[in-house]
This record gives sequence, structure tokens and C-alpha cells, in this order.
Amino acid sequence: MRNERDISPAAPASKQGVGARVPRKEDDRLMRGRGQFVGDIRLAGLQDVAFVRSPLAHARIRAIHIPERYRDVVFTSADLVGIKPIRAITGLAGFKPSDQPILATDKIRQVGELVAMCVAPTRAEAEDIAASVTLDLEELPAVYDMLKAREPGSPLVHEHWGDNVFLESFFELDITQALDAPIKVTREISTARQCMSPLEGRGVIATFDHRLDQLTLYTGSQMPHIVRNGLSDCLEMDQGQIRIVSPDVGGGFGHKGILLPEEVCLSWLTMKRGFPVRWIEDRREHLVASSNCREHHYKITVYADRDGTLRGIDCEATVDSGAYSSYPFSACLEAAQVVSILPGPYQMPAYRCRTYSVATNKCPILPYRGVARTGVCFALELMLDLVAAEAGLEPGNVRLRNLVRPEQMPFDNITKKHFDSGDYPEALRRAVAQIDIDGIRARQRKGEDDGRLIGVGLSIYCEQAAHGTSVYSGWGIPMVPGHEQATARLTPDGGLELKVGVHSHGQGLETTLSQVAFEMLGVDVAKIRVVHGDTAMTPYSTGTWGSRCMVMAGGAVATACHELGERAKKIGAKLLQVDEANVVLVDGEIRGPNGSVTLKEIAHTWYRRPQDLPGDVDPGGLEATSGYKPQRDSGTFSYAAHAVTVAVDPDLGDVEILDYVIVEDGGVLVNPMIVDGQIYGGLAQGIGTALYEEMPFDRAGQPLNTTLADYLLPGPTEVPMPWLDHMETPSPYTKFGVKGIGEGGAIAPPAAIGNAVNDALRGLGVEMLQSPITPRRVLEGILAARDAKRTAA
Amino acid sequence: MKPAPFAYERPRDVASALAAMAGDGVVKVMAGGQSLGPMLNLRLVAPDTIVDITGLAELKHVEVAGEELVIGACVTHADIEDGRIPDVTRGAMQRVASAIAYRAVRNRGTIGGSLSHADPSADWVSTFAALCATLSLRSAKGARLVAMKDFMLGALESVLQPGEMLEAVRVPVMSPSARWGYVKSCRKTGEFAHAIGAVLIDPEAGRARVVIGAVEAAPIIVDNAEELFGGRITNDFKSRFDARVADTLLSKAGMSDAADRHIHVTILRRAVAEAAA
Ligand SMILES: Cc1cc2nc3c(=O)[nH]c(=O)nc-3n(C[C@H](O)[C@H](O)[C@H](O)COP(=O)(O)OP(=O)(O)OC[C@H]3O[C@@H](n4cnc5c(N)ncnc54)[C@H](O)[C@@H]3O)c2cc1C
Repeated sequence: MRNERDISPAAPASKQGVGARVPRKEDDRLMRGRGQFVGDIRLAGLQDVAFVRSPLAHARIRAIHIPERYRDVVFTSADLVGIKPIRAITGLAGFKPSDQPILATDKIRQVGELVAMCVAPTRAEAEDIAASVTLDLEELPAVYDMLKAREPGSPLVHEHWGDNVFLESFFELDITQALDAPIKVTREISTARQCMSPLEGRGVIATFDHRLDQLTLYTGSQMPHIVRNGLSDCLEMDQGQIRIVSPDVGGGFGHKGILLPEEVCLSWLTMKRGFPVRWIEDRREHLVASSNCREHHYKITVYADRDGTLRGIDCEATVDSGAYSSYPFSACLEAAQVVSILPGPYQMPAYRCRTYSVATNKCPILPYRGVARTGVCFALELMLDLVAAEAGLEPGNVRLRNLVRPEQMPFDNITKKHFDSGDYPEALRRAVAQIDIDGIRARQRKGEDDGRLIGVGLSIYCEQAAHGTSVYSGWGIPMVPGHEQATARLTPDGGLELKVGVHSHGQGLETTLSQVAFEMLGVDVAKIRVVHGDTAMTPYSTGTWGSRCMVMAGGAVATACHELGERAKKIGAKLLQVDEANVVLVDGEIRGPNGSVTLKEIAHTWYRRPQDLPGDVDPGGLEATSGYKPQRDSGTFSYAAHAVTVAVDPDLGDVEILDYVIVEDGGVLVNPMIVDGQIYGGLAQGIGTALYEEMPFDRAGQPLNTTLADYLLPGPTEVPMPWLDHMETPSPYTKFGVKGIGEGGAIAPPAAIGNAVNDALRGLGVEMLQSPITPRRVLEGILAARDAKRTAA
Repeated sequence: MKPAPFAYERPRDVASALAAMAGDGVVKVMAGGQSLGPMLNLRLVAPDTIVDITGLAELKHVEVAGEELVIGACVTHADIEDGRIPDVTRGAMQRVASAIAYRAVRNRGTIGGSLSHADPSADWVSTFAALCATLSLRSAKGARLVAMKDFMLGALESVLQPGEMLEAVRVPVMSPSARWGYVKSCRKTGEFAHAIGAVLIDPEAGRARVVIGAVEAAPIIVDNAEELFGGRITNDFKSRFDARVADTLLSKAGMSDAADRHIHVTILRRAVAEAAA
């Protein structure tokens, strides 16, 4: 395996500003084990909570038996008087809302659903109490398969709906014009249900401060302000009475982007009992109970001409949304997104797609890194290789024929997605050259000494990020991003504090936002602090999701710093005794025609020696809050081409990744080193989707891979060091030309690896159309093809 | 995921450990805790008392006695991996040890715990069966020797009686003409095996012991392995290996799934090839 090429940006604007590979500020504490996560917080009098969870997927509760001696430490829904269920609606026509109870009321709809809350001085004691509670349940037939769930006569998750469909979405344009295409390939393709598996699970500590008349909830969250919205709805409390603190967060990926019933429970409990309470999700709870992702099914037909020109896509897609619509993203984001993004980065003349968001007796599905794009990319890109095989063309050439070209940018595609900029064909050409397809074809003809089969696969996608008001208002979900705000404040010693409502869960925002501020004000990155993760200290924000932070919070920091700079210039001009029009802000100082004064001096004067300022100085001060939106808020479009070589062991079905190439364009990179890290992490998760991760359910709706011995995650030995190449096409709409980049690494790997495996197996007549591509599935495919050949012979 | 309450005892020697084990209620021995720990946390076991034997020097004792290496039950996988015990198997045990789980597990996991736990997918149950090892068991009532091939009865089941501990493993010194092959199939590094092939083939003696492990039950041990090699064990055993016979053997053993058999036969063929290499 090759190592990463050393890619320094052509000419970094400065050692610390936009484009510089500044080491991550936060790593000083994180790498020394001094990070502070929810699990590290100790409060006097803290007690632990364990939950009694449903052992069944679908059942009616007849009775909950609590031993007499535990009556005052076990709580059920009957105790939660006045607490409202979690409700995440959408404005999409036909959507059926669900009420997610905080503790189960009459009916249970998923394994692991909260039934009772037990509190004790330690978690072990709380678990002992939970084990003593018995449930009298009447088991109902489980809805365990999203396709069966759509059939008439299926058991119903929410009886009053009359069916199991949260939402049906539809798009059609000119599909009849594709139907006469000479190539027509139809397949069923699916991706497995997964658990997001951040290193740190969820965790909540709730405490009430009577002096402030305020509930404080420490919770590992990607979006503290949204948690406050939701909590205030459920508890019917004023927002001013609620403070959400999200300390260090050990990975989120979407898992920490919902309002948890546990958060509501613990908030209620601390107010009821008067002492702080804590619940830390354990790995089993994570695997069984909390939230899943990725489960898609596609029945898809692609139409093409013999030269590989795409004529159209016709698709019916189903997403298993689980039992409840979770807050704030709802049960429908995923399937509705499938409809709008399935045509990918291609010119597509005709398109029809119908999708179903289906309720089942499984835990809710959440948008996981890449959201619907990973499934969409898997489906479409596998299909493109099958079209190529049918046409007898190299898959890369079929893509090149259809990709949106640079001279077409900005480009509105068939579903009205507005691609802002980029050169998609160039990314693909570089990936093809780097993986050396010609060399691999020669190697394939020769064969391997060890009998393994070599295959090469490509995939390419585009990723809409930082989409704003115009996109989200259409969904009508409980959260619509508007102007992102940031505060910039000079401290009396000339340091800078930045306050943002987004929250880092590993992305290195403390560093990248400081770099933006350095770029604007010239304050040393080491002298900049980023304050985030606390509703009491930061401006409102919808938080960290959708690869939006660099664009939105970066833009907001730049805007606030600009405003602060203007204020500093006014003061500086007074100190220099020149007109404000004659000063500029350069390298952290205000320069006039005959002299300069540093920001540090200005701060010192403003705060500590105001007597040195004339009476008519501008009173605005050295703290500025400002809002930001890109010129267009339809989103930035980053993209990447992935290419991979694999070896498949035809006797065991094992897949080994031999080489992995990523050519990525995320616009202007604020910190290329951090972007590399994002891509590595995403790649690891993409490999998980491709080859390892799967949460299967039995017919009773029981999740089967309930420990990490069964739920396999890729480890260091399973993730290769990819060869990375960056292109940097600026977005025309954003500050500095940046684009969202956080999710892409996780989008393309399943498709690229799937195509590589199918390429390796093509001679055997075997196709893998289901993720993860496990050794078992590969081997069964090979044995079935062998049997079929034998029968035919 | 916290264990149910239990009493904890840390005896000073084997005799007091055995006395504690003979006590009332359900008593569990804890060695490295690498299997017992998760089972306690998942509340799959809820013993009244845990007797921690990790620190007992007698159980870490290792010596060569005659034609056998005697390894105390509390010797860890890492001890073997790092060569802290005499090598009587020409590196075979060391290679097996170094591919068990991850280093953190190997630092604590013991051979005694691994065998007593009797997980079909574990490495030592197949390895020691192929190496023709014998186990010393001891209880307050006395001691006995059991051949490894008779020790394991099924998945997580062995001949160990309540109050009885595994004291040591006795491994015969490998003859110079013997050839060893050990291959396992895992989906990722450190994962429990889905198939294990362990072979000890001595062409000079015309003998071979073949073990097919990770079969969801006690490993399949073939003592008269000639039939797998066309009737006799000779120097060309690799080319004489007959996959169809192996497949039939697995069918007869109740492995009904064709893909499972294919994997096990493949792994066995590779173990044979390794022995020949
Ligand atoms: C993540 C992970 C991966 C693993 N992967 C592998 C693998 O790839 N291959 C493999 O072979 N193993 C693997 N293991 C198991 C590990 O190798 C240990 O050997 C195994 O856990 C048992 O050893 P222990 O000393 O930890 O026993 P413990 O966990 O302490 O005990 C296990 C059982 O044996 C009993 N016991 C222990 N010692 C004795 C004794 N002397 N006499 C009687 N009873 C006793 C205990 O009461 C208990 O029932 C893995 C474990 C983990 C956690």
C-alpha cells in the first residue's frame, strides 16, 4: 500500500490562516487524556440511572411489577405527569406523525424502548434494581422487514395510521423518453442497518440550580440549542430555565444529533428528586436500543445507450425508518433525500423515483455521516458498472461520458440541485490514473499465484453540504437553519474569544475557526479560544450536522471578526489621531499613514485605560455578534472519486483491500491536515458499511448482533492508508470559497469496494448487491453460481 | 452492563483456592477475566462467589518434565507469545498465541481460562488437541489427568466438575520429524475464528492428527487421519490430501451447510499446505 502523498497547499496564505496545516489545538488535552466528556463529570450527590428496557419488539404492556422496596426509586410513565412525548413532524404532504413516549405508555414498539427508570447511588445498584422489575407484556407480531411492512395485512406499528408508511415521496420527469434505450439494467440493491458506534456513546447528567432557577443538562450533543428547543417543548419549561452543556464529544456522526427520551427523563428526575442524576449509555444499549442508520432497499432500472450515455433512472426505494420519527430530523429526511439525490453527479435526462419511509419495530433511523448518500451512491454506482459491463465499456469511461462537466458549472440537475463548482471528470481521471486501471487489467489477465481474484472499482459522488433556509424550510421539520451567528470578543490582554453555537465532536473546530479568525484579524491562533457547546454562552445555532460548520460557523466567525475589526479600526484611528478612512487592519495591528497600534494595545486602552480615549470614540466596544449566510444557501457541492483494488479469496469469500485512492474536492481547505483526518475517518466508516457492519433482526424484531463480538467494526488492520489527492475548486458562494467536507469519506467506499468485488467476480457470474459484502455472502454467491453452472452443464 | 453482586475471594495458594471452590453456592474461578468479565457484565452468569486465582504462583509454574512441558494454568497467551516458556513445539505454540485476540487480551488471558471456558472458536482447544496434550485437573478431593481430546464435551462444556480446577497443561515435546500446520479464518484481526485447521503430521512415523475446530461444538479430532491422505501418511501428504473425504467427514459430523463445509475444508487444506511448506 502506498502512503499518502505529501500535499502541501500550493502557497498557504500564512502559517496560521486559511490553508495552513495548523496542528489541532484541542489535541493537547485530548491526546493527553485530559478531555472532559460527560462520563468524566463528577457532581456532588450524583446518582446513577439504569433503565428497564423492553425485551420485546412489539407488545402491549399489561403491567409493570416493581418490588415494594424499590417503589420510590423506580419511575414509569405514570409518574411523568405533564411530560409530552417527542414529536418530530415534517411539512411534507401525507406525512404521518408519531409520538415517541418518554417512557413507554400502553404499547412497546421496539426492543430496548424505555419502560422504567431506576435510580441508585451507583450504576451497578441501579442495574440490580432494574433487574428486579418485571414486565407483563402481551407480545404482538413484529414488523421486522420494511418491504413486508408495506404489504396489506401487515401488523401495524402505529395502528391509527392504517398502514406502516410515514411518508411516500415521488418525482418524475420525462421517464417515458428513456424507455426505448437499448440498454436496460434492473436490479435490487440494499444496504444493511447499522449502528453508528462513536467511541463515546451517549451520556447525560441533569442537575437543577435553584439560584438560577435553571435546569442544566450535560449531554454529549452535536446540537445543544436544538436539544434545548426540544426539551422545552417536552417539559413545557421556558427556554431561559434550561441550559444545555455539551462538553468534549467523542464522535457524533448523527448519533448525537437527536433529542433522547433519556434526556427528558433525567431532566424530570433531577427536578423531582433534587439531586443530580446521570445516565451513561453502555455499548449494549447503543447496539440494541438507541438509533440505527443506513437501511435502504432499491428496485432500480438504469437506461443507457450503447455508448454508455445515460438515458434515465427508474427507481422504487424503501427506507426502514424504525418505530418513531426522531427529533429534529424526522423519519423522512433519509427517504426524501434519496428522491432528490439519486441522479448523482451525472447529467440525467429522465428520472422517476418513488420512495417510502416505512415504520417498523426497530429503533429509529438517524442521518449518519453521509446520510442517504452512502446508500444512493452504492445503488447508482453499482448500476453504472453493470451498465458498463452490458455495453462492454470501461466503467470509468461510462462515468466520464455522463459526469457534469466543468464548463457547465454552476449546473442545475434534473432534481434542481444547484452544483456550485468543480471539475468532476478531472477527479475521476486522476483516480483512474492513480489506481492504474490498465495495470490491473493486465494483472487480471495473468492471474494471481495465490488463486485470489483481483478487481478494481470506482465510485464518484457529490455531496451537498451546509444547505440552509431555502432547502430546510421545504422539509418543514422542527429545525430550519437561518443565519449562522458568531461572537468575537477581544479580551483586555489582546486575546480573542470566539463563541459559536455549533459544536465540535471531533472535527477540530477549535483550530479551524481560530484559523479563520487569524485570517481576519491576525491574532495568533494560540491566543484564540473557541467557546462552544453551551447554550448559556453561545449564540443560537442548529448545530453541527450536514457538513455545515466550516461554511456556516466559519463564515459567521469571519463576519463577526470583520465587524470587530471595523470597531478596532475606529478606536485605532482615534489613538493614531487620523481619520478612520486612512487606517487599515493588517497583521493584528491598525496602521495609519504615520504609525500603527496593535489590537492588543487597542484592547488594553479600551478596557483598562479608557481615560486615554477621546470622548467621541465609537461606543460599540470590542465584542461583536454577527450573522452569516452564503450568497446562495442551496448548499456547497464537494465531491470525490474513489478507486480501489481488492483481492477476493474465492474459497473463503474474504475481501482484502490492496490499494485505495481518493481524489477529493472540498473547495478551499482551511486546514488540509484536518480534512485528511476527516477523510480517513470517513473511509473507515465506509469500509465498515462495505464489508463489516450489520445489525440483523429476527422475525420477532430482535436485534441479533448485540455485542461487539458480533457487530463487527473495522479496526486499524482493516483500514488501509489511502492515497489522497486534493483539488481545490472554490465555491463561488461562500466565504473563502470553502465547502462542506465532513461526510464525504463515508459515502463512496461501499460503492467503490462493491464495484471492485463485482469486477473480481465477474468471470464467475457473481454479483454482490447487498452491503455489507461479507465473506459468507461472497462464498454463497460463488457456490450458487458453481451449482447453477453444474446444473446447466 | 455491570455484574450482579458477588463475593470476592483471593486465596493465597491452590489448596485454599480449592477449599473456597468447595464452598456453598455457585462459585466461579477467575483467571484472566477476559471471558468471565464480559459474561458477568452481561449478567449471563451471576455467581455467589468469585475465587480469583490470577496471582497464584503455583499456577504460573512451567517446567519440562521428561518428554512433556508442564505449563501452569495461569500462564498467559502473552507469556507464550513472548517466549517466556520453553519452546518444545518448535514455535508452534508461540505462533498460535501471538494470533489470539489483541495484545491487551493476551496480556491477561490464560491458557487455563481459555480451555476451561471451552469456547469452540478459541485457539487453544484445537491447538492442544492437535498437540496431543493432557490436562491436570485438581479438586479438594484429589487430582486426575484427562487427555485434551476428551476434555471438551461441547460448546462451553467440559468434564470439569464443580469444585475442580484446571491446574496445568502437559504438552508432549514435538518430534523432530513432525510437521505442524495451523490456519484459522477470521473476518478481522483479533476476531474469534470461524474455522480452524490444526494438523500435526509425522510422515516418518506415518502418523497424523488432524483437528477441525470452530465448529460450534468440541473440535473434530481425527486420530487415524490416513483416510484424509488417500490411505497413508507419507512425505507427499500435501498432494495426497483429499478434500472430498474431509467434506464427507464434516457432513457426517452434522455440518449440513455447504458453505460452512467449504470454508472448513479450505482452511484444513491450507493447514496441511502450511505443514508441508
Ligand atoms: C476481545 C476478545 C477477543 C478474543 N479473541 C480470542 C481469540 O481469537 N482466540 C481465543 O482463543 N480466545 C480469544 N479470546 C479469549 C481469551 O483468549 C481468553 O483466553 C479467554 O477469555 C479465557 O481466559 P481467561 O484467563 O481470561 O479466563 P477467565 O475469563 O478468567 O475465565 C473463563 C472461564 O474459565 C473458568 N476458569 C478460568 N481458569 C480456570 C481454571 N484454571 N480452572 C477451572 N476453570 C477456570 C472461569 O471460571 C470462567 O468460567 C478473546 C477474548 C476477548 C475479550
